[in-house]
Amino acid sequence: MRKPAGRHSAHLPGLVRRLPWLVLALLAAFPLVAPAFGLEYYVGFVRRVLIVAIAATSLNFILGYGGMAALGHAGFIGVGAYTVVALVEAGVSSAWLAWGSAAVIAGLAAAAIGAVSLRTRGVYFIMITLAFAQMLYYLAVSLRTWGGDDGYGLYTPLEMGAWLDGAHAQVFYWVVLAIAALIFALFSRVAHSRYGHALRGIRDNETRMVALGYPVFRLKLAGFIAAGAVAGLAGGLLASHNAFVSPSLMHWTQSALLLVMVMLGGLGRRWGAPLGVALWLALEEALKMHTDYWHWPLGVLLLLVVFHAPQGVSALFERRAGKEAAR
Amino acid sequence: MDAIFVLEQLLNGLGYGLMLFLIAAGLTLVFGIMDTMNLAHGSLYMAGAYVAARVHEASASFALGVALAVAVTVAVAAVLELVVVRRLYRRDHLVQVLATFGIILIADDVVKAIWGVAPLLASTPAALAGPVQLLDGLPYPSYRLLLICAGLAVAFGLYLLVNNTRIGMLVRAGASNRQMAEFMGVRVGAVFAFVFALGAGLAALAGALMAPISSVQIGMGEAILIPALVVIVIGGIGSVRGAFVAALLVGMVDTAGRAFLPPALRAVLPPAVAADLGPALAGISMYVLMAAVLALKPAGLFPARG
Repeated sequence: MRKPAGRHSAHLPGLVRRLPWLVLALLAAFPLVAPAFGLEYYVGFVRRVLIVAIAATSLNFILGYGGMAALGHAGFIGVGAYTVVALVEAGVSSAWLAWGSAAVIAGLAAAAIGAVSLRTRGVYFIMITLAFAQMLYYLAVSLRTWGGDDGYGLYTPLEMGAWLDGAHAQVFYWVVLAIAALIFALFSRVAHSRYGHALRGIRDNETRMVALGYPVFRLKLAGFIAAGAVAGLAGGLLASHNAFVSPSLMHWTQSALLLVMVMLGGLGRRWGAPLGVALWLALEEALKMHTDYWHWPLGVLLLLVVFHAPQGVSALFERRAGKEAAR
Repeated sequence: MDAIFVLEQLLNGLGYGLMLFLIAAGLTLVFGIMDTMNLAHGSLYMAGAYVAARVHEASASFALGVALAVAVTVAVAAVLELVVVRRLYRRDHLVQVLATFGIILIADDVVKAIWGVAPLLASTPAALAGPVQLLDGLPYPSYRLLLICAGLAVAFGLYLLVNNTRIGMLVRAGASNRQMAEFMGVRVGAVFAFVFALGAGLAALAGALMAPISSVQIGMGEAILIPALVVIVIGGIGSVRGAFVAALLVGMVDTAGRAFLPPALRAVLPPAVAADLGPALAGISMYVLMAAVLALKPAGLFPARG
């Protein structure tokens, strides 16, 4: 059924190189064309996908490249979101200050948690990151000043600066898109830097990297902190997106979902995280529209991925692109 | 806070700990022997609770409810093992997380389709509705007493099974060195299937027994899974004895934390602070326990692999 080799496949490598810009352009244009097709509702949906993709990209970095199977990443999202709540409660109205602080505080939390957790291996690392996220969850549940179990509503949107706020109804969308694109480019770049290669070396053979004289613990901790900070930034953005923050952001199933989405897309692959998030959330959205029983098809999908596409969905595309490019 | 109250809370902690043990025993064996992380273990617990609650309601026989809950769940688990779990044994832990998370999603929808979204109210058996006068001034619900007795009996039975029978010997051999057991001619496939079914039966029993004193609802499996995982990590993955000790520890610490910490904090801190901090610390206590144990003994209290 395949097209015979021809002009198209010869241009493919160039297309692959330009693909990120194409995707970026399409996403940037979406809020402008959406009203023409009656898709305004989906602008908010795409915004959520982008925010979750930021968090998933950071998890993909430490898990896919660093081999750190953290089952508590939603904890950092929660720290970021509650940082925004704390600042709003204290009277701060600048979005940049709030989101920046979200990243910094989550990074500090990641430094403390990572310093303890990274001394363990394998299943014990999974469990101890989970335990810390659970501690943060229960802390949020019991802090009644910030809403406790019921959550906290952010009634007035944060201000992004005079010229941004009034410019267009969808300014927040473009801000999120810009941040997501920056984060994605940054992690893609770092993954192929000296540091990224060292991290992959640690993933594949930690003993050898120690023997080679790499400061393994510090390298891992640096990655863990960066990922935590980025997840915190996503949490801060999510707080603005939902205009609401509740402890359920940090529930362990959220951490598991993040992991599942990254693996669905493709662990340690450049497009794995955004692809997995987009696919999962789009399916969830579509299924919810048609049925109350939207969990089980997603469950079946996970089993299919495990048994038929263990490298994730993006690997399927890569394989096809690779085959066609090779011809 | 008098001695009676303390004693009552300790008994509650013991009961909760024993139920945790029933769940954790299967989890730790599956983990220790098959090196398989089964997040869907909580779903088997949920299945047990639902079947027991509905059969009890329909037939007015609590014992029949418990028996059917175990039987149905073991049958479901056997199918699950045959179709999915068997193909996961040699895979990566993360892949197992992915697949068993998928099973959780499917199980939650199946339960919703059969029994609806609303939580079930499971009733205690009529014969055990009243309290028993344990000591002078200490009435204790007789159902919770049954829970403790049943938990202890099953734990003892499991101890005999693991330590004094041939299949138990194979199970222990698999837990301490799976590869060597294979070399010595143990048919690991059969042992795996047996262990998975056994674990499912114990989880279902815990679900059936816990149904009357907890809410039977979708998501109960996910809620109990985390404490059970904490138990097996504290006890040492693969060790049934470790799971027993750790389950009692976690049950006691969790119950004591909820019962004693808030009043204790109220005594020393301003009320507003204490009201915030008490529940937080109580919820956290079992995780602090786990972190402390791992800091001192990184492989848990009773490492199964020498």
